[in-house]
Amino acid sequence: MARPVHKLWIIFRREYGVRVRKRSFIIVTILMPLAFAALAIGSGLITAMGAQAKKDILVKDASGIFVQSTTDRDNLEFAFSDKDLATLKETYREEGYDLLIHIPPFDDLSAREHQVEYFAAEKPSITLIERIESVIGRAFREYKIDASNIDRALFDSFRTNIELESTAVDERGESLGSGKMAAIIGTVLGIVMGILMYMVILIYGQMVMRSVMEEKISRIAEVMISSVRPFQLMMGKILGVGAVGLTQLAIWMVLIPVVLTVVPMFLPGAATDMQSMAAMSQGAETIQQMESGAFNMQSVIGEFFRLNWLLIVPSFVIFFLGGYFIYSSLFAAIGSAVDEDLGEAQQFMLPVMIPVILAFFIMMSSIENPNSPIAVFGSIFPLFSPIIMPARLPFDPPLWQILSSIALLLLTTLLFVWLSARIYRVGILMYGKKITFKELGRWLFYKG
Amino acid sequence: MAILSLQGVTKRYRDLIAVNDVTFDVPQGTLFGLLGPNGAGKTSLIRIITTITGADAGQVFFNSAPLNSRHPEQIGYLPEERGLYRKMKVGEHLMYLAQLKGLSKTEARARITSMMQKFEITDWWGKKVEELSKGMQQKIQFIATIVHRPKLIILDEPFSGLDPINTNLIKDEIFALNREGTSIIFSTHRMEQVEEICEWIVLINKGQNVLHGRVADIKEQNKEGIYRIGFRGKLPDDLSGHFTVISDTDNELLVKADHGMSPNALLRELLDRQFIIEAFEEVKPSLNEIFIKTVNGQARA
Repeated sequence: MARPVHKLWIIFRREYGVRVRKRSFIIVTILMPLAFAALAIGSGLITAMGAQAKKDILVKDASGIFVQSTTDRDNLEFAFSDKDLATLKETYREEGYDLLIHIPPFDDLSAREHQVEYFAAEKPSITLIERIESVIGRAFREYKIDASNIDRALFDSFRTNIELESTAVDERGESLGSGKMAAIIGTVLGIVMGILMYMVILIYGQMVMRSVMEEKISRIAEVMISSVRPFQLMMGKILGVGAVGLTQLAIWMVLIPVVLTVVPMFLPGAATDMQSMAAMSQGAETIQQMESGAFNMQSVIGEFFRLNWLLIVPSFVIFFLGGYFIYSSLFAAIGSAVDEDLGEAQQFMLPVMIPVILAFFIMMSSIENPNSPIAVFGSIFPLFSPIIMPARLPFDPPLWQILSSIALLLLTTLLFVWLSARIYRVGILMYGKKITFKELGRWLFYKG
Repeated sequence: MAILSLQGVTKRYRDLIAVNDVTFDVPQGTLFGLLGPNGAGKTSLIRIITTITGADAGQVFFNSAPLNSRHPEQIGYLPEERGLYRKMKVGEHLMYLAQLKGLSKTEARARITSMMQKFEITDWWGKKVEELSKGMQQKIQFIATIVHRPKLIILDEPFSGLDPINTNLIKDEIFALNREGTSIIFSTHRMEQVEEICEWIVLINKGQNVLHGRVADIKEQNKEGIYRIGFRGKLPDDLSGHFTVISDTDNELLVKADHGMSPNALLRELLDRQFIIEAFEEVKPSLNEIFIKTVNGQARA
């Protein structure tokens, strides 16, 4: 190995080894999937519990429709009373009801609106109101069907489930695949990749910064710089910490699915919660799909493999590396410039964080509308693209956008690593000096 | 022959000239003192020699070859601002620094082991750096500085924070290395240590070389013709005009001779007096005096 590369390798090995062997690394790496599983299962349980929470509801049904209905009451406990409303209003709480509902008489079969009033000590949740509305609504519908002598089978056949499938084809006439399922998978994958990039940049970028600060504070910097170039030290650290991040991600990618499959087996009743998790993240329509059987594992897997992985995986890696290098080198430069004062560091971190946070918000909006002008701009502008482009990748952005984004990203990465290295080499040996932005700018032009 | 030769070396920062046209040689195999008040430019100069920074003008030759990026492997540098990775184990840490100096794993291990034996600290191998006292850490740093057997060792205030026992331990090691032919640059503003250790010095003030040469020669050049005379008997009161009594105590006399007067002339004059001479020596200025005189002289100029 060439000598400078060999030194870089020695530094890389230490930076990587020291972190990977740390107890905190091992604990976080193992606990994170468990925490993730706990979160998934916990939130599933909570949703399930919330859905099942019984409410005791007293109904004064002046219409006589609801009281006779046999429709499913959606886990709500209804009791009926004929006493006059004023008395009920006085007593319903003492009798242990959460809610009093008054359904006025209903005469006109053609009426499309019917006001029902409720009384409650505590304001009921929107979901509860919607559930009650839907239960009563169903009773009224049934009543109307019967009262109109409509054939029930005929009526049921009026319902048609529409699946919106894309028939878009590319230039070669091949189907681009996708339908709603593809959109869902793309959305989830996009969000996961975008958030992952955001976290990687923040967590590992700042890990690089703290580590550089430590080197300066412990006064090892000058000892090191007498053996290696500042650039080697900086790059060795960035690469080492980056490899730690990749190691952690790789372990999680194996552990999280394993934990998510294994843990629910030991928690009877919790198994279905994964479904409710999925439902939560994908919106209410999916629930109907699940009911109608459209949301089956086969179609998920099918769509999953129809994604252009040959493009997504390498692009993701490139954006990952580009984003990580740009921001971690900036963080390294900041770490080198400040002394032990963390507050001073924060002053310099702010301008670095702003594009990251902006990119995060643009990313979230890009998921809604992956081809909007702001999404396209964000996925090409190199300070944003590492977070936004991965989120857009599952939506088949035009190839020219991906390529120009990558080209810009690579150039910017080189530029920022170079700029940061110039600040770093001066900062790492500078003690007890109050640093300003102007001063940093000056360091860029110092001769070697 | 010179292990290191600086010719017109200049380093500018935006608002100050840290090193201003400095020229001097460090002869091969010497103990060489790099002296100067705080902020004189010593560290800037060392950073140029260790290739940490480049000079804006002038040239540096290492072993007669223009200084290049391979030379640091033949240099051992103990900076004034020195430290270690606190969380690392001593053995690992030394292995790391030794390998960065170009040693192979086996070579590094062998040398570190033997040096730790020499300093009687073999049981520190598995200890974390943060468990060691400051003085212990200094020993580790010293080992790291010399582990790759450099031809030139640069020590910046090597004894700061060390107790007398460890100071001597390291001092002995410095002498031993020097006997084996290693050239050593010793940067400090502690004159008594320079006086004790160094054969050659350069004095830097305000970025400039203000004094350079062999310690003995410099003292010779800076002597002021002062003699100390130990005596018994009655004090003479009629010395000729060439000699001035600076001070006299019970049995010691300090006499300053005019320029050009030899010690023999003084002795001859004294011998005729009514008292017995017990001791006679020329008082040479201490480096400290020369240092202060030179620096103050510059300040006035």
